[in-house]
Amino acid sequence: MSFRLDVDGQTHTTSPRPGQCLRTYVRERGHFGVKKGCDSGDCGACTVHVDGTPVHSCLYPAARGHGRNVMTVEGLAGDGELTEVQQRFLDAQGFQCGFCTAGMVMTVAALDDTALDDLPNALKGSLCRCTGYRAIEDAVRGVCHVEQPCAGRAVGSSLGAPAGPEVVTGRARFTFDVDVPGLLHLKLLRSPHAHARIVAIDTAAALQVPGVQAVFTHEDVPDRLYSTGRHEHPEDDPDDTRLLDDVVRHVGQRVAAVVADTEGAAEEGCRRIDVTWEVLPAVTDPEEAMLPGAPVVHRKDTAVARIARPADNVVGEVHGEIGDVEQGLREADAVVDETFRTPRVQHASLETHGAVGWIETADNGTERLVVRSSTQTPFLTRRALCDLFDLPPDGVRVVAARVGGGFGGKQEMLVEDVVALAVLRLRRPVKLEYTRAEQFVGATTRHPFTVRVRAGARRDGTLTALDVRAVSNTGAYGNHGPAVMFHALGESLAVYRCANKKADGFAVYTHTVPAGAFRGYGLGQVSFAVESALDELARRLGLDPLAVREANILRAGEPLVTPAGHDDDLSIGSYGLDQCLDVVRRARTDHASIDDAPDGWLTGEGSALSMIATGPPGGHHADVTATLLRDGTFEVRVGTAEFGNGTTTVHRQIAADALCTTPDRVVIRQSDTDLVRHDTGAFGSTGTVVAGKATLRATTGLATTLLRLAADRLGVAEAQCRLVVDAVVAGGRQILLKELHQSVGADVVAEGSFGGTPRSAAFNVQWFRIAVDPGTGELRILRSVHAADAGTVMNPLQVRGQVEGGVAQALGAAVSEEVRINDDGAVTTAAFRTYRLPTFADVPRTEVTFVETTDSVGPLGAKSMSESPFNPVAPALANALRDATGIRFTELPLTRDRIWLALDAHRRP
Amino acid sequence: MDLHTVAEIADVDTYAGWEPGDAWLAGGTYLFSEPQPHLRRLVDLTRAGWPPVTRHRDGDLEIASTCTIAQVAAQPAPLFVQCCRAFLASFKIWNVATIGGNLCNALPAGPMISLTAALHGRCLLVARDGTRRDVPVAEFVVGAGRTVLRAGEMLRSVTLPADVLGRRAAFRQASLYRLGRSAALVIGTHEPSGAVELTVTASTTRPVRVRVEADADAAAAVTDAVADDCWFDDVHGRPEWRRHMTRRFASEIVAELAT
Repeated sequence: MSFRLDVDGQTHTTSPRPGQCLRTYVRERGHFGVKKGCDSGDCGACTVHVDGTPVHSCLYPAARGHGRNVMTVEGLAGDGELTEVQQRFLDAQGFQCGFCTAGMVMTVAALDDTALDDLPNALKGSLCRCTGYRAIEDAVRGVCHVEQPCAGRAVGSSLGAPAGPEVVTGRARFTFDVDVPGLLHLKLLRSPHAHARIVAIDTAAALQVPGVQAVFTHEDVPDRLYSTGRHEHPEDDPDDTRLLDDVVRHVGQRVAAVVADTEGAAEEGCRRIDVTWEVLPAVTDPEEAMLPGAPVVHRKDTAVARIARPADNVVGEVHGEIGDVEQGLREADAVVDETFRTPRVQHASLETHGAVGWIETADNGTERLVVRSSTQTPFLTRRALCDLFDLPPDGVRVVAARVGGGFGGKQEMLVEDVVALAVLRLRRPVKLEYTRAEQFVGATTRHPFTVRVRAGARRDGTLTALDVRAVSNTGAYGNHGPAVMFHALGESLAVYRCANKKADGFAVYTHTVPAGAFRGYGLGQVSFAVESALDELARRLGLDPLAVREANILRAGEPLVTPAGHDDDLSIGSYGLDQCLDVVRRARTDHASIDDAPDGWLTGEGSALSMIATGPPGGHHADVTATLLRDGTFEVRVGTAEFGNGTTTVHRQIAADALCTTPDRVVIRQSDTDLVRHDTGAFGSTGTVVAGKATLRATTGLATTLLRLAADRLGVAEAQCRLVVDAVVAGGRQILLKELHQSVGADVVAEGSFGGTPRSAAFNVQWFRIAVDPGTGELRILRSVHAADAGTVMNPLQVRGQVEGGVAQALGAAVSEEVRINDDGAVTTAAFRTYRLPTFADVPRTEVTFVETTDSVGPLGAKSMSESPFNPVAPALANALRDATGIRFTELPLTRDRIWLALDAHRRP
Repeated sequence: MDLHTVAEIADVDTYAGWEPGDAWLAGGTYLFSEPQPHLRRLVDLTRAGWPPVTRHRDGDLEIASTCTIAQVAAQPAPLFVQCCRAFLASFKIWNVATIGGNLCNALPAGPMISLTAALHGRCLLVARDGTRRDVPVAEFVVGAGRTVLRAGEMLRSVTLPADVLGRRAAFRQASLYRLGRSAALVIGTHEPSGAVELTVTASTTRPVRVRVEADADAAAAVTDAVADDCWFDDVHGRPEWRRHMTRRFASEIVAELAT
């Protein structure tokens, strides 16, 4: 029986492999619109229609497709004509990174009217990690948000993302949407032990597996220590990681790499590797890890590895005091002393980590390594690869295509090192794509924190003491550990005026999956503790928590003072925190939402605030070039990556206005080490304020150059010249830009750079009104209000999306998400069916208000607004829960069972 | 996901054997959702072409193990669609997943187990040599992820008796999250005698049936019926809360069916 399967009108007759799923079969044939998100039927990114019926193609046996018609997102639209659903997703911008969009569009396209009336049910099994679903609902309902700004008016308008048409049609190309002939597949053998030494490792049987090309172990790698964490300054992270080590320090650590013709052969090779282990004692709790006699995770030289106290498992620490906290506590009329805990959380970007590498040969015969990676930091990763393999900068090119979500998780080099090793040894193209389970056991998480807060205030609410002791579990490796701790104890304490502040922070090694960079970078964890404690303090004094905050917050013009030290380049370039609090104050006077609470439920309200620096300390660099092309349009080259953060749109807006043109005449090229000199990367909320500022400088510079050239050509004074769409005009005369280009005889190029300093601060305030069923523990959000001070709002549609997405992701961490680890140190929640991401049904609409400020530091008055909306959400919710129930919840997530158990215990005498 | 070790998909009608590494394939939505490195051959039941639902002359409803969840949901009695909605999975999974797969997986949260146990379903099991066994659903599942199936034995169908199908029924489901995976699922059916028969699933490691007389304390009856080590503990809810929700639902259901 010959096989036949039609996909989007193309007939395929190659029989699938017996165990192959439909998703892999169609992707192997170039239908890249079909995405691999979870590979287990939980996320919906792979949704296709089989004979008109929507299915998750990752679960559909390909062999069953015989004789059937498959339609993917790429086959949905006719020639150039978008279907109504696609047009709606474009009009509402119902996406950010766009990785889920193909599946969302195919799912929505299959809904009938009954299903459309019940979207929470209809979108079960369709996960979006970026948007918070409001934008998706608007897309389904046909709400149009995008604007088409005229020339010079792009900044401040709701311009759609340049990649939108590609995203909604499935043509946007992500990391693995590339056909590389002769590609080999790499799979990693991972450790079953939390702590063990490899006594012997026998790869002979693995090498016998048909198709296996090579097996790499710790004996094959450079004898070099580095960090997976990527920073402008590598010394920010400890050098504690080997590419492959003879000691494993967490369950899931990579032990060996098998490279084979197929994924199946590589997996079989992994199973055939025979490792003789010497199992060593392990410690999984950070407090226990600091006790004398605890197993030492890294017995390394402090000076070389930059580990603060290796023998105590402390990788980094922060200590500082202003005033006298003990004295301040004595002066207080009320003191709160509570310990708060936040869980391990996974980024859960729908595109997993991974890279494809190959050797590129130039016309002159020189070879170089090319790595196409799902990364937020192409330039820093190139730098790390050069250091690791002793290659010159021009010997390595790192490229990021469109990245399917990051959230900080891709500010790491988790795959590129081992892919590069394999490519350099085998001289053949090699791909490593993490599975969803590997995201949980072999990538990074948000740092779990335990935070003890002692806070004191006088009867009138004036803070007299604020003392924080924070312990973070950085896991088996210290990537981002010290920096996260430093940041965690920065703005969270600086935002309050208090004469006596103290901070002690310990980033601690344990034998567990490493933590790393995560949206908010430590601030959210400490904010949960501090904002909860202040709320509690106000209640004990019989004061309004909001009023107590207002009485103690930092004011415009005041310095940012933290016990951990002060950064000279950080100041408040615009101050909108007071306006943000006013938004909440107004919102809570409207009690209408209380009526939505069912009979017998408890209701309450709560708020929390946060401040964030508009970039990381120590510099963050962006080089940008702007070019007038032959046809009179412009090209802007930036280094920073696009993963749904929307920076490409903002850069286009900035460039269009600076060049007095329309956005469609500006093309942005990005995230490729060939394009510009350097870019620190897309992290630290810098896409607008750093790369955007460099874009502003480059395009402003180009505009000046064009005016000068035009003045010369027209024979008039430069001051008489004015840029308009496609031309420069002077009085009644004009020269077209393409004529100008022709007269110069070459592209006209201008450069712009920014070093990320000085920095300003952005503010966010979240407020919830909730209802709680005392009989079941169910928590329902009746109203959610978020006020943000982003300075000039460059793109209201996109910034709103960032806020909504941040609130939704934070709600996940607040009510459902937890990477659990068992007594043996193994992750037990390595799939979306055990690790609950917010679904459409879980996320309420959040009313987002931007207050009016114009920043003196940021480009065109803008501030960053990508990480920060996350930070006040969990404490605002916990404070509302306290208000409703009278119980202070100190541990996340706030699941129904935990809430009910606390209520039940509270009711008992 | 791709099951790389699978070397063959065999047809149930032509492949008569059974070897280590063989597994029955119905919809595939579970098999393809997790690595199965121990599997070499999938024996496809869907090629048998069994009619999904058969109404027998005595009114009994025989549902083939290969009947999809979408086809189950289309049954007129409200309890069927209520149980289908208790799936964490999307409606797209309903188009492929089967009732038999859900029973054989034997997860405490399996809502087809809840449905068919509550309706006194009987499993028809067929061994490779043709030997047939008839096992009540409530006894088919013996623990979390465990059934009475022997190697090579397949679940052919589940038959729901007409008299129980005709009873009034009430349904309650608890989850840690809205539309989330079941942490407790209780179904009550109203016996002609006036008593209520409760079927507890999701909160227990296997289905537990409790008969409650009209004036009895339903919550207490549930507590008595469920052994302490039968309350299920996993990431989908703490056992104490599951127990509380089960007791609460038992009382609610008895009250609802009394009216």
